[in-house]
Amino acid sequence: MPEQPPYEEEAHHHGPEGPPPEDLAIAPTGFGGTMDLGTSEAETLEKTPGGPEGTGPREKPRSLWSDAWRDLRRNPVFIISGLVILFLVVISIWPSLITDQSPLKCDLSKAQQGSQPGHPFGYDGQGCDVYTRTVYGTRVSISVGVLATIGVALLGSFLGGLAGFYGGMGDAILSRITDVFFAIPVVLGGLVLLSVVTSNTIWPVVGFMVLLGWPQVSRIARGSVITTKENDYVHAARALGASNSRMMLRHITPNAVAPVIVVATIALGTYISLEATLSYLGVGLKPPTVSWGIDISSASAYIRQAPHMLLWPAGALAITVLAFIMLGDAVRDALDPKLR
Amino acid sequence: MLLEVRDLQVEFRTRDGVAKAVNGVTYSVDEGETLAVLGESGSGKSVTAQAVMGILDMPPGKITGGEILFQGKDLLKYKEEERRKVRGAEMAMIFQDALSSLNPVINVGDQLGEMFTVHRGMKRKEARAKAIELMEHVRIPGAAERVRDYPHQFSGGMRQRIMIAMALALEPALIIADEPTTALDVTVQAQVMDLLAELQRELHMGLILITHDLGVVADVADKIAVMYAGRIVETAPVHDIYKAPAHPYTRGLLDSIPRLDQKGQELYAIKGLPPNLMHIPPGCAFNPRCPMAQDVCRTEVPPLFEVDADRGSACFFWRECLDDASRD
Repeated sequence: MPEQPPYEEEAHHHGPEGPPPEDLAIAPTGFGGTMDLGTSEAETLEKTPGGPEGTGPREKPRSLWSDAWRDLRRNPVFIISGLVILFLVVISIWPSLITDQSPLKCDLSKAQQGSQPGHPFGYDGQGCDVYTRTVYGTRVSISVGVLATIGVALLGSFLGGLAGFYGGMGDAILSRITDVFFAIPVVLGGLVLLSVVTSNTIWPVVGFMVLLGWPQVSRIARGSVITTKENDYVHAARALGASNSRMMLRHITPNAVAPVIVVATIALGTYISLEATLSYLGVGLKPPTVSWGIDISSASAYIRQAPHMLLWPAGALAITVLAFIMLGDAVRDALDPKLR
Repeated sequence: MLLEVRDLQVEFRTRDGVAKAVNGVTYSVDEGETLAVLGESGSGKSVTAQAVMGILDMPPGKITGGEILFQGKDLLKYKEEERRKVRGAEMAMIFQDALSSLNPVINVGDQLGEMFTVHRGMKRKEARAKAIELMEHVRIPGAAERVRDYPHQFSGGMRQRIMIAMALALEPALIIADEPTTALDVTVQAQVMDLLAELQRELHMGLILITHDLGVVADVADKIAVMYAGRIVETAPVHDIYKAPAHPYTRGLLDSIPRLDQKGQELYAIKGLPPNLMHIPPGCAFNPRCPMAQDVCRTEVPPLFEVDADRGSACFFWRECLDDASRD
């Protein structure tokens, strides 16, 4: 057809009719870039009233991330868990915002007493204020969870990513190593490894979690990189002269990182509960560090006489873990609609 | 000669055995010339192109012989780093499916601009200006407004234009287009093909057009190489081949095109299937499907006979083939 106007095919663009009503074809179809042409062509045909190119109010270009953010803002699960986490983070940085007492100022004469004015959660076995200790316990839990997650995500995605990208011997060896780590029972490993540590900081616990946690992320990152590197755009980038590092950083990482983020967010909650578990067993954090796990441990002996000593820190722990797991779920839904 | 591929051989070593994907391919392209490489899926046309580009996955792929002379220098002797600098700047490739060939999380302006930031060391702002210029060059309407859009916001034809712009960004001497229009609507196909041909003329590039669409070839190609089971079975200037094929396989391909004047008749198809590349039949690889096969075809591999100065056929009976064609 020689005499047709040059641009019969109209670019995919919504004309002056304004923002499209929940259109599916423009929504992100994941990072695999697997939107089939069938859908897009059908969509082009449907939108006949669309004006000529470049006229009318333009919708903002939308990336995977901005789309995910839009999804998240509408998700009540995200809003609730996000607010809870925001609150927890704020009080872990400035606990004095909601309590003016010291978690280490205890009065043995008040041991195990219940709720009193000014001390809504009562006193624990040492006569310390349970409310204040619960508030201060947030800091340790959040720091351990966040630091362990950052460590696990960085180490795991670095090793897993390289293994997935280069394959071969290194990949085979790494995969066997991750298998070995998966075989180590976490609590038993903690009892063995952490019982020899005498440090009073949170670092041994964080280090232990990174040590046992990275294979999980490494496996996810490896799989994700292997899928992503087979995409045509990676081959195309290579055909146009991109170096290995450029392909990894610019083309593979942004497309492969979503599953890692999802796993890491959910893992954050489990690391917080793991810290409490280890502290409860006496190998995690040690007094005078204020931790929910330590408080639960010391309160557990008196659960029949004074259950409030256990319930408040345990409740705080449960809410925190739940919030992070809910956040992880919401993030997963937003980043990978196909997984829903 | 801009590019000369000589006796190229590529194997894939898999768990089930060795697949001989390319078995001695020889072809050449000059500046400003278009070579169409025709063949079914699995005939080795894409693998040859990937070997030329240096983007073959190795392993499992392995180049076991031959030379790839680009501007007189054998690319197979280059180190990977030198090779990488050739890609994109000196030779570039356009892929079949433009949506999957564009990174979904980077906007098109940045992807186009990357060609300049990586190879030419330009600043991001300059590169963006160049990107808009390129988008206008491939006639994307409203380029300046759309430069920040993501690939999924463009239609199929527009995306392929962007791919073309990316490949042409650094004005390479050679472009390899691997079925550039297969994923597009028929109407859009013609536009994209015209654009490619026009830009090729303008920049005086060599173009290797890999396709299985004979219709596309007739319009734009100068010469044709027909591949079967990893070998070139016929090579000829484009008009000669349509007039009178000198190989029964080419003939079969031409006869399989639906034609307007044959309404109601059954469409011809080459009987049988392409050979398994792990067990290529002895003799001429096409012999089990060939209507003209004789005993010699089952035992001896036919060399590329010289039909004409610029024409070759790997068939013992190319004369009969030409005669048949002229009788029709």
